[in-house]
Amino acid sequence: MPKHELILLKNMMQPGYGGSLQDYERTGGYQALRKAVGKVPPTEVTMAVMKSGLRGRGGAGFPTGVKWGFLPKDYQGPRYLCCNADESEPGTFKDRQLMERDPHQLLEGIVLTCYAIGAESAYIYIRGELVLAAKILEQAIKDARAAGYIGANILGTGITANVWVHRGAGAYICGEETALLESLEGKRGLPRFKPPFPATNGLYNKPTVVNNVETLANIPHILGRGPEWFASIGSPPKSTGTRVFCVSGHVKSPGNYEMPMGITFRELIYEVAGGMRSDKPLKAFIPGGASAPFLTPDHLDVKLDFESVAAAGSMLGSGGVTVMEEGTPMVWAALRLMEFFYHESCGKCSPCREGSSWLVQTMRRIVAKRGQMEDLETLVDLCKNIEGRTVCAFGDASVAPIMGTLKYWRSEYVTLIQEAEAANLIRPEEIAVRH
Amino acid sequence: MLKEKYATEIEEIISRYPVRRSALIPLLYLAQRDEGFVSEAAMKEIAGLLRLTPPQVYETATFYTMINLKRVGKFHLQVCKSLMCALAGSDTVIEWVKTKLGIGPGETTSDGLFTLSAVECLAACGTAPMMQVNEDYYERLTEDTFDRILSDLKRDGTCPLKTGPFMWPEPVNAKS
Repeated sequence: MPKHELILLKNMMQPGYGGSLQDYERTGGYQALRKAVGKVPPTEVTMAVMKSGLRGRGGAGFPTGVKWGFLPKDYQGPRYLCCNADESEPGTFKDRQLMERDPHQLLEGIVLTCYAIGAESAYIYIRGELVLAAKILEQAIKDARAAGYIGANILGTGITANVWVHRGAGAYICGEETALLESLEGKRGLPRFKPPFPATNGLYNKPTVVNNVETLANIPHILGRGPEWFASIGSPPKSTGTRVFCVSGHVKSPGNYEMPMGITFRELIYEVAGGMRSDKPLKAFIPGGASAPFLTPDHLDVKLDFESVAAAGSMLGSGGVTVMEEGTPMVWAALRLMEFFYHESCGKCSPCREGSSWLVQTMRRIVAKRGQMEDLETLVDLCKNIEGRTVCAFGDASVAPIMGTLKYWRSEYVTLIQEAEAANLIRPEEIAVRH
Repeated sequence: MLKEKYATEIEEIISRYPVRRSALIPLLYLAQRDEGFVSEAAMKEIAGLLRLTPPQVYETATFYTMINLKRVGKFHLQVCKSLMCALAGSDTVIEWVKTKLGIGPGETTSDGLFTLSAVECLAACGTAPMMQVNEDYYERLTEDTFDRILSDLKRDGTCPLKTGPFMWPEPVNAKS
């Protein structure tokens, strides 16, 4: 695997780097802000981000500059930036590190984005559990304000950008951008219908941009070193830059690894993360967080970029790669993820609210060796009636583990059911309920 | 009364937002910090502070898992049970709690010290198994570290094994 340059994790890999304002400035921090704010027109900043090809790192992969460009040009009222720091996708733990180890990198990205989109207020919506990250960010905001990088009249330019930390309270759905806005408004975190999109009707019904932590952390580097530099990294033209891949599960060295997009799963798992933790071979992996359907060893040479993973029938999503060794019971694995989605369904849409409950109950029966063959049809039927029938993408995500495992490991479901039938473990009262 | 005790803090929180209702979750946290959970009286008071109806406060408070509507132990052990942690043995951690403290998920020890919750993903998949105790993360748990955390918490109220700013894997130089 060729050597490559770290962008987002570079500072924190330096010995002695603590993430303070002085540390960050010493490594060239806030130079992009000094160069751009009040000097380069906001439209040019947006153009540069468009040219860089940067795509959202939260999961959906929408081009960042294009998203900014959707804000109405002639709207005179307030606009908002919301930094989506509600990282809750099982398998993903990169934003936490970006915030705790190098908070000013994120803050510089936030201020530059505020400048580009004309927002005077930014909220960092951080998941409530990350108390330490919230404290570190609050201190960093205080320091950056004292240094003139945040607040009214930034570096004497007359530009205003205020940043606040807003802690969520433990709801995965609030990572969905419209649910995040509802939650920030003090309500239940239920997703809104789209359209209208946040670009025109966002926070407090005002034009709003919602960007992920990793996305925003890239902005200072794009503006500091130029969009062409950024666009040359990774897997151009559509998957540019690096990603912080979170590797978890049965590998020797799990952790966060920043790699150019376009490396293969084989390289990431066997070279970067040290290979399998025991002598057992690889059985399955999840390529992009819990919402991404499972892949098999046959997909090891798929490249980690948006298009290649999609072509393999899954998605790059949040960049969380979870590895499972031979011997991992796949029906159990799918059930564990399903329990997550069942727990986290916000309840707004009936197919997701009711369907996830039925899915969990059916899966639990099968795992407990009390399933019947017809349960497999029921599972597919339920999945089909959830997918595409909900306000947000949560419904689609929640069926991914079951559909993925049914596709590649159907025999494991069948074996469990055959064992149930052989042992005659089905309780009469369950049959009565089902018929 | 929250208003008498935290007047300045409440004003500061409300001033962050152009719409008062946005201060709702921060104020619920404030109430929780004060009493250990959010009582009905606190919800009514917050409703008054934000010019909302009590049901508006209640409907928000009940949506979020981190808002405790009843008292929890002095140390709230939240063990992540999602797949990534389960692959690394989180079910065993829950068993340790059961055998060492005699409580299952949702239960509190009789001395009121520990409450166990089995929770979903806490963004620590690379350092599993893990648990959060009140505001602190403890990662890469083994039975030894788990025992030490429990005894330190009982004795000192805190434990030095808690995670600092997160970085995994650590840079090679930092280890030397």
